[in-house]
Amino acid sequence: MDTVKSTAFKFALKKTLPIMTGFLFIGMAYGMYMHQEGFNFLYPTLMAFTIFAGSLEFVIANLLIHSFDPLSVLFLTLIINSRHLFYGISMLEKYNVAGWKKYYLIFGMCDESFSVNYATDPPKDIDQVWFMFYVTCLNQFYWVFSSMLGGLFGSIIHFNLKGLSFVMTALFIVLFVDQLLRENNHFSSLCGILVSSILLIVLGKELFLPLSMLLITGIFCIKENWRVKTHESN
Amino acid sequence: MSLTEEILTISIAAFGTILTRFLPFLLFPGNKPIPIFIQRLGKFLPPAILGVLVIYCYKDLPANFTSNSVFEIIAGVITVLVHLWKKNMFLSISIGTCSYILLLNFFNLTSIL
Repeated sequence: MDTVKSTAFKFALKKTLPIMTGFLFIGMAYGMYMHQEGFNFLYPTLMAFTIFAGSLEFVIANLLIHSFDPLSVLFLTLIINSRHLFYGISMLEKYNVAGWKKYYLIFGMCDESFSVNYATDPPKDIDQVWFMFYVTCLNQFYWVFSSMLGGLFGSIIHFNLKGLSFVMTALFIVLFVDQLLRENNHFSSLCGILVSSILLIVLGKELFLPLSMLLITGIFCIKENWRVKTHESN
Repeated sequence: MSLTEEILTISIAAFGTILTRFLPFLLFPGNKPIPIFIQRLGKFLPPAILGVLVIYCYKDLPANFTSNSVFEIIAGVITVLVHLWKKNMFLSISIGTCSYILLLNFFNLTSIL
């Protein structure tokens, strides 16, 4: 591996260590869940590889033990993963890189890859495209590997490290606090926290996520409209 | 479900996920200028999304508020404070997570209340 790639890889490894810990725990829990439902370890492994969207995989694992219903599968997938549309809009420029890496970056854009790749500005001596590529690669590797482990050894392993999954919460908190510290205007950040908290309490955990994204986009439209109007009247 | 139906179910989920990830890039391909509105939306959204993802981690709280929920909030506050103090990602995540594990395993609220 040449030095450009290896420095980018090392930096990506360092930045994704918390995700490794979190995915190891959650991925194994997911693999064990499928194991308990009577599936061969290949199921969680291949689902982790092809779908690569944690919360949806738990839902699909549950659907697999019921009767075949392709329309519900499609509907649930689009609802649960609609947030990716908004990640994509945010990454149109950053992920518009030359060659095949672009397609892999988009394919692997889970919550964690999006957040770390958006929030990290690597030092000047590190190639940003290779860094983002390795972040995505490593995240997918952690997820597939731990799902496989859970599926293989589901009946042998017993967790004693209760509570380790909190690393994911802590990661998102740290990324959010960093965002607050580097921005001058907190409108968007506070909008995200407030809108999603209110909708979570009012609508419950199933629907609040896609509707929060829609409402935040709506607030942006009103703000833009107002900005354009005041601009015109000046 | 037969094997074919299982493969179809997994394929539909994979295809749907790929669709939600690729759609913005298909609508606004890199070789054409992106409309100003979309550019501005793309700049506005990320801080809000990071906020939404924090709330997403606490999504089970309102419906099922237990002593664990209190520990999650305390550990979250500790994470914020350590991060404001030292601004070191690993330190904040480690201390936050360790405090949650300690609270969860050694501090049983139900036995006190």
